[in-house]
Amino acid sequence: MTAVKLRKLCFRYAGSEKQALTNIDLTIEEGESVLITGPSGCGKSTLARVLMGLIPHSYPGELEGEAYVFDMDVKNTPVSRIATRCGIVFQNPDNQLFTFSVEDDVAFGPENLALPPDEIGRRVDEALRLVGIEHLRHSSPNNLSGGEQQKAAIASILSMKPSLLIFDEPTSMLDPSSSASLIERIFELKRSLDEAGGKTTVIIVEHRIDLLLKHLSRIIVISEGRVVLDGEPLRVLEESFRRGIPINIPPMLQIYFRVKDRCGLEKPPTTVRELICMLGGSVSRDG
Amino acid sequence: MVKIAVENLYFRYPEAAGFALRNVSFRIEEGESVAILGENGAGKTTLAKNLNGLLKPTEGSVKIDGVDTRSLSVAKIARKIGFVNHNPEHQFFAEKVEDEIRFGLRNFGFPEETIDKIIQEVLSVFGLEEYRGKNPFQLSGGEKKRLAIASIMAWRPEALIVDEPTIGMDYAQKMNIRRVLRRIVSEGRCVIVITHDVDFAATICERAIILSRGEVIGDGRLRELLSDDELVEKASLRKPFIIELEEETGLTGLEEDFDILSSILMEVFQKCRS
Ligand SMILES: Nc1ncnc2c1ncn2[C@@H]1O[C@H](COP(=O)(O)OP(=O)(O)OP(=O)(O)O)[C@@H](O)[C@H]1O
Ligand SMILES: Nc1ncnc2c1ncn2[C@@H]1O[C@H](COP(=O)(O)OP(=O)(O)OP(=O)(O)O)[C@@H](O)[C@H]1O
Ligand SMILES: [Mg+2]
Ligand SMILES: [Mg+2]
Repeated sequence: MTAVKLRKLCFRYAGSEKQALTNIDLTIEEGESVLITGPSGCGKSTLARVLMGLIPHSYPGELEGEAYVFDMDVKNTPVSRIATRCGIVFQNPDNQLFTFSVEDDVAFGPENLALPPDEIGRRVDEALRLVGIEHLRHSSPNNLSGGEQQKAAIASILSMKPSLLIFDEPTSMLDPSSSASLIERIFELKRSLDEAGGKTTVIIVEHRIDLLLKHLSRIIVISEGRVVLDGEPLRVLEESFRRGIPINIPPMLQIYFRVKDRCGLEKPPTTVRELICMLGGSVSRDG
Repeated sequence: MVKIAVENLYFRYPEAAGFALRNVSFRIEEGESVAILGENGAGKTTLAKNLNGLLKPTEGSVKIDGVDTRSLSVAKIARKIGFVNHNPEHQFFAEKVEDEIRFGLRNFGFPEETIDKIIQEVLSVFGLEEYRGKNPFQLSGGEKKRLAIASIMAWRPEALIVDEPTIGMDYAQKMNIRRVLRRIVSEGRCVIVITHDVDFAATICERAIILSRGEVIGDGRLRELLSDDELVEKASLRKPFIIELEEETGLTGLEEDFDILSSILMEVFQKCRS
């Protein structure tokens, strides 16, 4: 089944002269893991809002073209119905958390899915464990640090186990080790759901790519509201580099793309040591 | 001259069981560039808010130019110590982007003609001119962050504390913010960056203060601290790419400029091949 189908999609926010999205044609199949990236203000969050039906239902503006999520036409499907299959983690966790305890926020989604209480309990436990905030279960979201809030927001979506997971900059406030483990856990969760017969689609909007790269089947680059690149991750990154699209290409690849032709490198190094060896040097110290 | 002096600072949030900061002491001199690093919940934002008087110590003291923050108004401190909140929406209240910047300048008594000039200048530095008349809440995530930085930078505080400056930033914007912060340091003012982006911190800050569970577990030259594997691990950090590169190559004084880095690496290692 197709998870996302957009045809000639255009959107302009009410009161704006500029179009935020222009002629987007995009198909994402069930089970894909896709990164959407591009310069600040290019329309990534706007696209994510369309996929949840928040555009057009909560944001006034002019929407043209077609947008389907699992065959639901977002234009005439209530957001509450789309939300039974799709979950979005917003860029700003403040917009996600609204009860007085982390636990209640994480239980809110499963409760709305009308799941039995013991299943809700299990899901809350599992989601809190996945993001590593069991100890904050009874805290008020208002009294959490930025990163702790972001983790709670992520847990509140994971507990719904949606078939389409959309994350808008999910690791922007996480410390390096939390970012790495969260990304691993998200894809472990996807794998285990897939093994149980589901097909979870993951769409991540991010500026920081390094930790995600190995999990992605595809990268889509948006620039000024248009899809400008779409395809195999490494090829897309290299093409962005050649065209000077200002996305955050990981440091190792920044160097690899610059030297590969002149030094005859055929595949990107995974560690600094490997890079040096590929260039023909030997490392200066044993580690 | 000492700009900020923190002595035996303890801080506890009302209703909280334990202290969010414990026995924190350090001094920051004029012209220093300092990164405050540490795991989620370590106390970085709490510390920043204590440095600019938004929060007052439960015990111990914070002094700005020798004066205890308890005896200064929040506005007086803000004139000297600018603080950019990690969540821009907590900072916004104006209905137009330009008024967001104007507000602080008016409050601090800048003449009207100067105000318009400054607004123009900071909007252009952050590529926000086209959004001048727009509602700040209707900007993209990265645009909000840039406006938040612009509106505090505008009144040229003597020290600037930025909480998470690189959220929502593409590569070009990140380089731009790096340039802006470095210029502030070169003018002899202080920059204090709170960030999880260790590569970014390493390109701007000479010094790092590392917090873990409310305590300082490292304070010194950033490059030295982040070369310490044990400390990096303990603080849930990561070694910056540039430090890893120096360690592996034996080269020193490298800077994060990928054109230059690539040429250096090619030259050095292609030579040893031939
Ligand atoms: N609620 C809104 N009302 C009006 N215009 C908006 C609104 N939200 C975003 N925009 C504008 O639409 C464009 C695309 O914004 P969007 O938030 O989709 O960007 P983005 O790619 O997510 O950027 P970032 O990486 O900075 O978050 C921007 O020019 C922005 O100013
Ligand atoms: N308003 C509050 N009331 C009670 N506790 C709070 C409040 N704000 C933060 N805390 C707690 O104080 C500790 C330090 O929080 P702080 O926001 O300073 O962390 P941080 O280092 O900035 O983390 P992050 O990297 O996630 O932003 C955390 O354990 C947090 O849960
Ligand atoms: Mg966005
Ligand atoms: Mg913080």
